[in-house]
Amino acid sequence: MPEITFLEAINQALRQEMEADETVFILGQDVGVLGGAFKATEGLFDEFGRERVIDTPMCEYAFSGLANGAALMGLRPVVEFQFADFISTAFDPIVQFAATHHYRQRNPLPIVFRAPWGGGSHAGPFHSQCPESWFAHTAGLKVVIPSNPYDAKGLLISAIRDPNPVIFFEPKYLYRSQRGEVPSNLYTVQLGSANITRTGDDLSIITYGAMVSEATTAAEMLSKSGISCEMIDLRTISPLDSEKILDSVKKTGKVLILHEARRTLGIGAEIAAIISENAFQYLDAPIVRVTAPDTPVPYSPPLENAYRPNSDNVAEAARRLYNF
Amino acid sequence: MLERDKADYQKLLYWMMLTRAVDDRSISLLKLGKIPGTIFSQKGHEAISVGAACALSDADVVAPLHRDLGAYLVRGMTPGRIFSQAMARVSSPSQGRDVNTHGMGDLELGIIGYVSHLPQSMTVALGAAFSFQYRKEPRVALTFTGDGASSEGAFSESLNLAAVLKLPIVFVLEDNQYAYSTPSKYQYAIPDLVSRAAAFGLPGVTVFGNNILDVQNVVVEAISRARNGEGPTLIKANTMRMQGHALHDSAEYVPTELLDKWRKQDPISNYKTLLYEKQLLDDQTERNIITQIQQEVSDGVLWAENSPYPDPSTLTDGVYA
Repeated sequence: MPEITFLEAINQALRQEMEADETVFILGQDVGVLGGAFKATEGLFDEFGRERVIDTPMCEYAFSGLANGAALMGLRPVVEFQFADFISTAFDPIVQFAATHHYRQRNPLPIVFRAPWGGGSHAGPFHSQCPESWFAHTAGLKVVIPSNPYDAKGLLISAIRDPNPVIFFEPKYLYRSQRGEVPSNLYTVQLGSANITRTGDDLSIITYGAMVSEATTAAEMLSKSGISCEMIDLRTISPLDSEKILDSVKKTGKVLILHEARRTLGIGAEIAAIISENAFQYLDAPIVRVTAPDTPVPYSPPLENAYRPNSDNVAEAARRLYNF
Repeated sequence: MLERDKADYQKLLYWMMLTRAVDDRSISLLKLGKIPGTIFSQKGHEAISVGAACALSDADVVAPLHRDLGAYLVRGMTPGRIFSQAMARVSSPSQGRDVNTHGMGDLELGIIGYVSHLPQSMTVALGAAFSFQYRKEPRVALTFTGDGASSEGAFSESLNLAAVLKLPIVFVLEDNQYAYSTPSKYQYAIPDLVSRAAAFGLPGVTVFGNNILDVQNVVVEAISRARNGEGPTLIKANTMRMQGHALHDSAEYVPTELLDKWRKQDPISNYKTLLYEKQLLDDQTERNIITQIQQEVSDGVLWAENSPYPDPSTLTDGVYA
């Protein structure tokens, strides 16, 4: 199987879905001739033309609203935001119109809102954010965050085919740094289904996005000390795969939740609540969260490195949890 | 210029009178405690919503707002479904999930429902227009906006994006002089909102919104431009909101003289006078129209009242498709 980057996996999913389904089109800022700020849409303008790869003016609100209307008419828009941070300018069309539409009107609204997401690139407060909680708190949206090239391609294809609006966050730290084996054909990875990436008995690490690789490094370090970690890559933040989470907790009795997003009302808070409501009697220790602190994302490398969780933080917290 | 025969003239009157009758009955139902939410009165807006909607072809799409009840009716939404929406019944277009004309869309009728965040419908209509351009279909999207909504960023974004992509769309701006309690002079600092069109490179037309023939004429022309690939148009229709923002609002902030002045410009009675003058209407025909409308409205209320409320067990249904 060919090994490609995360970014190439995204590009491949877009190209192949556009070839397979002529209702799929891309719109956003600089997605055409430039191929996107990160080159996720590179080559698509040449292949599909201006009619299907649309460079818009700077107007996240209007082009997200346009996607709503186009989806109502049976098209499948894939909207690109240059950074997840900028999605706030399109809040109304996403959380007010798109999220509520099917509940109120029963029309499917197949849209993917894609955005490069997360930190680690020293890009400062407005090019590093992890805003998934904003959308996970909104009924009617799906929120997907892949952690590797294989999932990125399969999840994006599923997202495009889904009849609902999907927020698709791509950890940009992984765009070029991560390679993986990816089938060259079209395939799907089911939305709403977490992936047990490592089985273990002593504790469960629940995470997603770029933190999966930090957790994997930590789990390898821990296994050398005889601590066996089970790892859950959520892949979809909303709706959460509660079943896989609870099965793992019932098996290990100890839980570490890891995310790059801020702590307060992060996804970890919801997972901890689900566990305490449904598997309290299986817990052998308090649930541990390793997250970013409740601050904006700082720019300076020493500050950002302190802000963003890493494998050492995870390993240290996991050891304390193991020894509880 | 649009050719009209006698029946066309009478049809415009019928739609405006039906709009007012549904509005009047909705207000009564609200006062009787049969509507749990509230109602936005249509008075003063009938010529705009009916005139614009009557300019559309069946295949076109309209995204009406809360004072465009006439457009819903013209597109085929029955009074019963409209009453059932206000009365929160399961038979309504939103199955009891959305309030009054909000979320009262029906794609089969070419109607896209709106959310409260005006002018969001402008952006959604852009998408409908985009889909027509994408599929090379000779169809047009029409939507409404208002003087208050014109101050929002999405208004400017929409005009700009429509002009840049040259989309087959018509924007009808209903300037009814008040956005809730805020009069136009505190809403915008230019003499006429229509100049916003030129700022974004699309044609702008001002029309007297209480004259249905004028409204229909300018909308027909804008639709024909859009259908011929000549892009969007902004139509600014002047009118006056004759009641409060919604029925809870007594609107004492509106000067009485202003309302008195506009009461003489009522779109329905003035149009009726015109039809009599031109011998396009006679007493018997008018009586027939009134009888028909009374019947439709009564039947509609009965139908809505006989519709059940949604079952609470369906509360979480349909969050996802």
